[in-house]
Amino acid sequence: MRYRLGLVAAVAAVAALTLSPTQDAQAQEKVFRYATTGDVLGLDPHSNNEGPTNTMKGNIYGLLIHRKPDLSLEPDLAVSWENVDDVTWRFALREGVTFHNGNPFTADDVVYSFERQSQETSDMSFAIATIEEVRKVDDYTVEIVTNGPDPILLLNMPNFYIMDKEWVEENNSFEVVRGAGQTNFPNVNANGTGPYRVVEWVQDNRLVLEPFEGYWNADGMMSNIDRAVLTPIPNDATRVAALLSGEIDMMYPVPLQDIPRLQNEADVDVLEGPELRTIFLGFDQWRDELLDMPGTGQNPFKDQRVRAAFAHAIDLQAIQRVVMRGASTPTGLMVAPGINGFVEDLNTPYEYNPDRSRELLEEAGFADGFPVTLDCPNDRYVNDEAICNAVIPMLERIGINVSLNAQTKSLHFNKIGRAEENNTSFFMLGWTPGSYDSLNPLMQLMTTGAPGHGDWNSGRYNNQQVMDLAERIKTEMDPEARQALITEAFQIHQDDVGHVPLHQQALAWGVRTDTVAEIIQRPFNDVDLRYVVMQ
Amino acid sequence: MFAFVIQRLFQAVLVMLVVAFVSFSLFQFVGDPINNMVGQDATQEQREALRERLGLNDPIPIQFVNFVGNAAQFQFGLSYRLGIPVEDIIAQRLPATIELVLVSAIIALVVGVPMGVYTGLNRNSPISKVFLTVSLIGISLPTFLIGILLILIFGVWLAWLPTFGRGGTIDLGWWETSFLTLQGWRSLVLPAITLALFQLTLIMRLVRAEMLEVLRTDYIKFARARGLSNRAINFGHALKNTLVPVITIIGLQIGSLLAFSIITETVFAWPGMGLLIIQAIQFADIPVMSSYLVLIALFFVVINLIVDLLYYVVDPRLRVERGGGGH
Repeated sequence: MRYRLGLVAAVAAVAALTLSPTQDAQAQEKVFRYATTGDVLGLDPHSNNEGPTNTMKGNIYGLLIHRKPDLSLEPDLAVSWENVDDVTWRFALREGVTFHNGNPFTADDVVYSFERQSQETSDMSFAIATIEEVRKVDDYTVEIVTNGPDPILLLNMPNFYIMDKEWVEENNSFEVVRGAGQTNFPNVNANGTGPYRVVEWVQDNRLVLEPFEGYWNADGMMSNIDRAVLTPIPNDATRVAALLSGEIDMMYPVPLQDIPRLQNEADVDVLEGPELRTIFLGFDQWRDELLDMPGTGQNPFKDQRVRAAFAHAIDLQAIQRVVMRGASTPTGLMVAPGINGFVEDLNTPYEYNPDRSRELLEEAGFADGFPVTLDCPNDRYVNDEAICNAVIPMLERIGINVSLNAQTKSLHFNKIGRAEENNTSFFMLGWTPGSYDSLNPLMQLMTTGAPGHGDWNSGRYNNQQVMDLAERIKTEMDPEARQALITEAFQIHQDDVGHVPLHQQALAWGVRTDTVAEIIQRPFNDVDLRYVVMQ
Repeated sequence: MFAFVIQRLFQAVLVMLVVAFVSFSLFQFVGDPINNMVGQDATQEQREALRERLGLNDPIPIQFVNFVGNAAQFQFGLSYRLGIPVEDIIAQRLPATIELVLVSAIIALVVGVPMGVYTGLNRNSPISKVFLTVSLIGISLPTFLIGILLILIFGVWLAWLPTFGRGGTIDLGWWETSFLTLQGWRSLVLPAITLALFQLTLIMRLVRAEMLEVLRTDYIKFARARGLSNRAINFGHALKNTLVPVITIIGLQIGSLLAFSIITETVFAWPGMGLLIIQAIQFADIPVMSSYLVLIALFFVVINLIVDLLYYVVDPRLRVERGGGGH
């Protein structure tokens, strides 16, 4: 109740403020107005784990280590770090940093943030799951102790958000709560050490940020904006119209069919680049009987040759050309370039060769084909349903009788996920590793049968060798030896045709060149305001 | 009269309970909110714990009873998507939709009724024919297409009006209004016209048909024979008698304005109830969806009550029967 009154008061105060003085100042002020499909889920940095929400947190909250647009790491609240031994890391913290409310940043905040983020209710706890303890050495030094050698600790640090202990305690919101009949203060208010502070948030309507004058690196910032306004515009056509009319300076994603139109516009530019998410198809490889073949006692997908037949029957170039209008990168690997562990040599897609497919099916004893249902989302990935629709005739050409089950994401993910015991035979899924490391897809997609393994391995692909390799990759500290293990695991998975990778979809951002001087596109498909420069 | 209102209120509660129950049963088909709420890296234990906390593991009847019990105390739970109480979200969104619907209804009435009267009285004039032809467009084009066309013409090509959102609002503490600033009105114009167009056409055609019907009746002929002026006949007698069915339809149509506002609000990114419900459905945000449906049921019930009461005002026969009967 208290917070509700506070919210109303804050909104009223902001409304009163925005009425008069900004009207005059608007001329000189550099306001960056941008739009995307939806709003952020909340401001509590430890609550939700969702791409656009995480980026917004990154504008507001500081991290020990920050990830640059090219995916490399740079010091943020930590100035340097070193391994004391295999499981202990020592971080020297930046001095003289303050939170938006003026409180100083110290080692206590790091320790406290670790305790807060590692609660079970925190969706971000995955990023620090290997950390046993964070201990304060002195005010500006902490030691992080992991529960075993952890080669990717640093890669996970850009998902560890530092909050102000004093502020969280003042507002009595140590507990991360979600949907439990109460909400918490940090979800609608923010106090970080990041370059921007929240001025106003009217959910689903506008989120207004201004540069934080006390930001420790205020002088080193590339950005020159005085204010940023994020507006969610769910309708594609409206979002394009808003950009064309100049009411916003930048918007994403640009619908594929509108890219040529925007490129022809004088003051508008479309930035394109590959995303980190890989879209792929998977097969049920564990049931003894395929769901669509009741009474036969057969599951063709248990046979590697059948899976290979599918892989050779799908024409990735045609999907790229026709369905994706060129805006995708066909791929042979389950991770995108830029993800730690990516292997260029393994990225060649399975050869398109329907004749080979028919031979393989015949060898496997399915010359006449078999029926199967393809589960597909229709509102999650770019042209997801259209891709599935394109795959069906390709498979029918080799004799497979495919029916399509395309549905909204909340039904799709429920059906293929663990909630319904992976109730699927053949499915589409897309994946970006949150840690930007190959261990994550190995754990989540390519192994199964143990806690923490195979949460989204919906076909339950299972190979003991891959499982053993994953265990070693988890703790191998030598980067070269680790890369060799990853390459081996990916090679086995590829030979097994555990999944069929399709492509990385392309990012498309629409930018007005008459107002925006420069904007750096990150492969995360969202906007880090510190890389926006206005004219 | 009093008994009548009480009876209607009782019916209203019943209707709302039925709506709530039907909507609750339907939510079994919108999918699992859990995957939308947690990130891909959440563990199975975290997912299961969240299901438990949200009460999604309870049987449907229990979830329903909990919902009704809380709703009776004006507690509608937390939105799964936004993480704030549903009643706060609705309080924030309702003004936007009500203002939009109000302006649309006024446009539809103020333009539609005179156009209907004119085309009814001057059946064969060229202007009537133009009105009727143009009105066909209003009926046959889908709302989202009209919205997109208006955005294209007035927003992108002419750049006269904003293409999205609700600008220039002033917060009165409990009501955020667009009515007090020029910018607010500029944002309101296109969505209001889009929303009004269908209703306008409907009202115009209805008034025209009723006028034609009434003008053929005997009492109009007698009135003419008595030598009353055209003005008195057309507006004092004819128009008044066309109003009973028109009021019914308008009442019901204000309800459907609320429903159609879903499309208009989505097209114009208008931050009202329609946009809220669309996003709630995509997210499987059950608390928001159930509260929305109950609220809409409430609107319809209230609107119908008002329509019934207006009959009393317009049609004297009803007053006589009820007054004498004493049921």
